[in-house]
Amino acid sequence: MLKSALRSRWATLAVLALMIAIVPLIAPSAFYLRVAALVWIFALAALGLTILMGYAGQVSLGHAGFLGIGAYGVAIGPTHLGLSPLLSLILAAALSGVIAYVVGRPILRLKGYYLAIATLGFGLILALIFQSESAVTGGPDGMAVARLTVFGWRIAGAMQWYWVSAGVLLLGAWIALNIADSPSGRALRALHDSEVAAAGAGVDVAAKKLAAFVAAAIYAAIAGGLLACMNGLITPDAASFMHSVEFVAMVIIGGLGSVLGAVVGAAFLIVLPQALTSLQEYEQAVLGLLIMVFMIALPMGIVPSLRNWLTERLA
Amino acid sequence: MSLLSVSDLGISFGGVVAVDGVGFSVSPGEVFSIIGPNGAGKTTLFNLVTGIYRPQRGDVRLAGQSLIGLSPHLLVRRGMARTFQNLQIFFRMTTIENVMVGRHLAERSSFLSDLLGLPHVARQNRLTRDAAFALLERVGLAAHADANAGSLPYGALKRLEIARALAAEPKVLLLDEPAAGCNAIETEAIDALIVEIARAGTAVVLIEHDMKLVMKISDRILVLAQGRPLAEGTPRTIRDDPAVIAAYLGDHGSREADRAHG
Repeated sequence: MLKSALRSRWATLAVLALMIAIVPLIAPSAFYLRVAALVWIFALAALGLTILMGYAGQVSLGHAGFLGIGAYGVAIGPTHLGLSPLLSLILAAALSGVIAYVVGRPILRLKGYYLAIATLGFGLILALIFQSESAVTGGPDGMAVARLTVFGWRIAGAMQWYWVSAGVLLLGAWIALNIADSPSGRALRALHDSEVAAAGAGVDVAAKKLAAFVAAAIYAAIAGGLLACMNGLITPDAASFMHSVEFVAMVIIGGLGSVLGAVVGAAFLIVLPQALTSLQEYEQAVLGLLIMVFMIALPMGIVPSLRNWLTERLA
Repeated sequence: MSLLSVSDLGISFGGVVAVDGVGFSVSPGEVFSIIGPNGAGKTTLFNLVTGIYRPQRGDVRLAGQSLIGLSPHLLVRRGMARTFQNLQIFFRMTTIENVMVGRHLAERSSFLSDLLGLPHVARQNRLTRDAAFALLERVGLAAHADANAGSLPYGALKRLEIARALAAEPKVLLLDEPAAGCNAIETEAIDALIVEIARAGTAVVLIEHDMKLVMKISDRILVLAQGRPLAEGTPRTIRDDPAVIAAYLGDHGSREADRAHG
């Protein structure tokens, strides 16, 4: 009974909601709320990778590219096209999905390392475009982003952004959990283990992979749009290769395929560098060391390892 | 009236002829076995029939319609399912989820309704689960429904693959060495299962090395040697065919066959 409760999607959502509710109570200043909002936003992008990598087993090293599409979408829409920031965000998310659909068709025929390298190339191209198309994107200096207004409500301040990002993350988590336990989700998890057997069961492997790729791209774009609006500024760094690698690290450290894992992984990689700043020049080294220690101690990732430990205790 | 008819199938890889001029036909309710020494082209023949390889010549027809050029996931739609020689289990999923994937074609839902978690998705999940559970009962794995598939013993995984293939409600079921690596008791269980599947009206095509099993449950047998058909007939005629004995069965095999037929 408890075992199955631990696995249910409502339990996952409840734990996430609890985390979201507790942070404002213990956060000593607005700075901490801002860091937490960053965690929720990056967790949203990581959730996209959970669907693509965790469920379907397809590696992407270009995820930050899609984040960039969302971020530059909300910057370019109001500045150059006179669109409202909210409409720009929605259009950017849709555009990201369309680009993923077009690029995904040829790319997703590749497997493993080859797919990783192809997505890497795609991410690099996007980063290059953001960097060099100065007339539209502001070049390496980036561009200012208009405040996000939703039905007349102008979102500003750490507290408001905290709740907005948390709300969108909850919605994203709910959707990711819905997929996991559905015909589509089973098809994705099946092709992760054996494409030939999934096809043998009637799964249109290419179409399902593409759907996961598009979903991941939309998650990343929405996260990118929120990030840009919250910061009021976007630079090409957001779409950099390093960020793509960070997203992969988030879903693996947290626990591949686990929704809560994506959130914990994002928290790990965003909060730790902040906490380690007092170490100054040793910060990166200690962070790297901690990542290694966690992966060696919890090779399945933090959340699945914890869940196994808990279920064994309760059994 | 034959359900599956394969004619003059051939393929070569880089000049090496793997399958050459093989044809056979199978009727509903029949167990048709393909035997032959290692490297005779049995699995290649399966891969040609199930669309994993595209044949360079010949035709595969199911209920009169050609299957050539259809990708594997469309073959299931036409009523053909298979198992694999080297297990292709979804190891990250539970036992019952493996079979639920086999119900994929029977499931009515779209990606969009799945991600919104609409009520009919939950209904569909229940229907799929019930159907999968019934199949697990049929192959004797119901007790392990919620166990991780990776934790099951080898013989159970072989039966799990059969259950997953049956979940698609195929008209033709191709089994690639379902008893390989199984102990005597596991083989017995698979033997009974195959007979029961055929009795229910499914055409079964079987590749198997266990001669005792083949001789006991086959209606007809095709012997392959070096990619070519060597002989075809009932277990009795195959067992007595001097060419087959020389090429494949040898003394040991024909003794086994004798024993099986008592």
